[in-house]
Parts: sequence; C-alpha cells; structure tokens
Amino acid sequence: MLKKLTILLFSLFLIAFNANAGSDGDLVLGKNKSEAQNTKDCFEKLNRATFAFNQGLDKAVIKPIAKGYRKLPDKVQKGTSNAVKNLSNLVTIPNNVLQGDIKTAIINTARLAVNTTVGLLGTIDVANKMGFPKYEKEDYGQTLGKWGFGPGCYLVLPVLGPSTIRDTTGSFANIMGGDPWYNASVHGNNEFLSEGLYITSKAISGIEFRANNIESFENLEENSIDFYASVRSLYLQDRENKIKNNQRGNIDVIYEDDEDWEEIENK
Amino acid sequence: MKNLLILIFLLNLLTVNTHSIEPEVFVQSTVNRASEILSKNISKEEKINELKVIAKETVDIKGVGFYSLGSARKNLDNNQKKKYLEFFEDYFLKSFSSRLSEYSNPKIEVQDKDVLNKNYTIVKSILMATSDRPEIKIDWRVYTKNPESPLIRDLIIEGLSLARTQKEEFASILNSNNGDINALYEALEKFANN
Repeated sequence: MLKKLTILLFSLFLIAFNANAGSDGDLVLGKNKSEAQNTKDCFEKLNRATFAFNQGLDKAVIKPIAKGYRKLPDKVQKGTSNAVKNLSNLVTIPNNVLQGDIKTAIINTARLAVNTTVGLLGTIDVANKMGFPKYEKEDYGQTLGKWGFGPGCYLVLPVLGPSTIRDTTGSFANIMGGDPWYNASVHGNNEFLSEGLYITSKAISGIEFRANNIESFENLEENSIDFYASVRSLYLQDRENKIKNNQRGNIDVIYEDDEDWEEIENK
Repeated sequence: MKNLLILIFLLNLLTVNTHSIEPEVFVQSTVNRASEILSKNISKEEKINELKVIAKETVDIKGVGFYSLGSARKNLDNNQKKKYLEFFEDYFLKSFSSRLSEYSNPKIEVQDKDVLNKNYTIVKSILMATSDRPEIKIDWRVYTKNPESPLIRDLIIEGLSLARTQKEEFASILNSNNGDINALYEALEKFANN
C-alpha cells in the first residue's frame, strides 16, 4: 500500500513538474508540434552522468549477455521474441482503447487470443501468418502524448535508458494496474506466476532489443562526436514518430516546422 | 517566325530532357555505385576511401554543413564559415563513409518518390532484409534546385533523420561551450584525425 502511494505521489509530482515546465512554451496541452526539437534537457549534467553509468553497465553486463543471446538457435530467439511481443500486447490493447483506436484494439485482442492459444503462449506468431496487420506497440507515454501532453524534460534513467518526464510517468501506469501481465504476476496469487517472472520477461525484452542493435549502436558511437546527444536526438525523434503513429517515418511529420532546409543554399 | 519559335521550344525541351536527372534514378545509380564498392574484396580503409569519392560527388556537403550548424551559422563571419566548412567536410566524409562501410553487399531498391517542391524530392527506398536484420526503410532528401545536378542532403532511416541528429549533436557541443565555435572546430578535427 505504501509502495503504491509513493509511486502515486511521485507520478503526481512528475505530472506537476511537467505542467510547470510547460510554462516555457514547450509543454502546453494541445501545443504539441515538433516536440523532438523542443524537448529541453533540464537535467543534462545528471543525465550525462547516468548515461555514462549505463554505458559502463552495458559494456560490463548487458552487451555480453546480448552477444550470448545472439548465439542461441534462431528458433529459440524467434520464439522468445514472439513471446515478449505477445505480452506487450496486454499494454498495447488498453492504450489502443485510450487513444480511441477501437478497431486496432479489436484486431490486437484477436491477435493476442490466437497467438496465446494456437501460438503456444505467444512463441509462434500465428496471427502474422494469418495475414493480420503489422503489430505496432503502444504504451501509456504514447497515450499521454496523443492526449496532448508534451514530453517535459528529457531524462536518462539508470539501467532503463532514455526517457522523458511524460514517458516515465506513463511507465508508472504499468505497475499501478495498467499492465495485466504485471497484475497477474505480482498480485495474482497464482503458483505459476511471480514478480521474478515479470522482471525476467522485461529483462529478456531489453536484452532482445540490445541484441538486435549491437552493430547499430557500435556504429553510432564510433561515428558520433557527442554520443549522448546523438542518442537523445534519435530517442526523441523515434518517440515523436510513434506518438503520431508514423513508426516508419513520415516526411510531413519529420519536417513539420523545420524551415531550416529552405534557407540553405549551396552556392 | 512561328515555326522558328516552335523549333526553339522543341530544342529547349530536348536540351532539358538530355541534362536533367530524375532524383530516383540519381539515388538508384548512387546506391548501385556504393553497393559495388561495398561488395569488393578490399580492406575497410580502401572501401572508405572509395566511398568518400562518391560522397563528394553526390552529397551537398556544404548544404548539410550549414544545416547542421543550425541558427549558429547566422553568427559566423565569412572567414569562420570557410574554416567551419573545411573542418566539416573532413568530418563528414569520414563519418558518412564509416557508417556505410559496415554494410557488406547491401541491396537497396528505390520504390517511390514525393516531390515536396521545386527544391526538394524525397526518394523512398528499402534496404533489403538479410538473415541478420529485417528490411530497413531509407528515405533520401534530394536537393533538386539544379535538376541537372541533384544532390543528397539527408538520409532518413526508419523515420530518423541523420541530418537532424547531427544538427542536435553540434548544438549540444556549442551549448556546452557557451556557443564557442572553436569548441566545435576542435571536436570535428579530433574526429577526423582519429
């Protein structure tokens, strides 16, 4: 009870801080254009220190595990990837509903039902083979963005990495009843599920992401003059695309209010 | 007189058709050239050097450089701009070529284009999937002000703009050094010489 109250108070603090930060013109409700460019790095010194800590942790622990994960047979990797993706659908569906996208919520519910049963607890993506539309993850941070909340300040969280005040606030919704997988694992009084299993599933999801991006991150780090700033920019651009449901990019969104190119002559 | 005008008009059309290059043809030809280099059995260093030649011919390095500088470019005098562009070109050629050299035998298929205005066309392409990675969507911002000589100004990979990322990286360095352009020169030079 105390844990939940603390989380609730912290979330309220974050939202309140978000609203205050909005007074500088970035986060006013409904004024949500080109947020990737406008997100302020209010805690840059602390963020850079956390980023350095995360890089150390990555080099010592996460990357070696990710490399080991990649040595697993392809079928094991694919099955694991499908299973964690299937679990993420439990958060995607309520967010589809909260964003008013009922059609996608219905499709994703059918996808979850098919993959969990016929697909052997999600290890086989049967829905994909049946021709369901491409699955796009949604989370509470994206929903807050869709509702018009600006990102607030940029944050680097220990272990978890890049975020914003809005996205961090959204993440708290998962452990406050918004994630049925968390509810069943931690509060389900079920002999097969436990908090450890929930944490393991989240860790696998993180390792899988890292394993899929080993070369991309190495390349980015090697070719950046400020790796921290590159990661921040890419994270914010990606979130902006996801909130606007343009996961694969959309020129109109990317250059929404970017007139800089028009000024550039090459003569 | 009327016939002469028609003749001049037709000759003009012919000339334009002879010299203008369609942006999608330009991109496909550029990626084919790059792909050929990346498929060669030569060292990474040799690949980087050959890719630099292509980048010099096909990328608007000066335009990308000024874009990356953001609003700071308005505060520079001509000498500072000249110096910046010298540092930027070395940095850019190394960074761009090194990024590409990681891919071996990439297959890029140009699929479509969006003409934004007379100055810009976005060419849409797909880097075909391999057993190690899924397909990747790459959009090319092509500067078409001179249709006879289109130039690449940005690569947008899965919706993430490389030019914008670079611009925010440079802004971060300038902000951490009270807007001192010398700090940026130093960072660019250090990267190019490493």
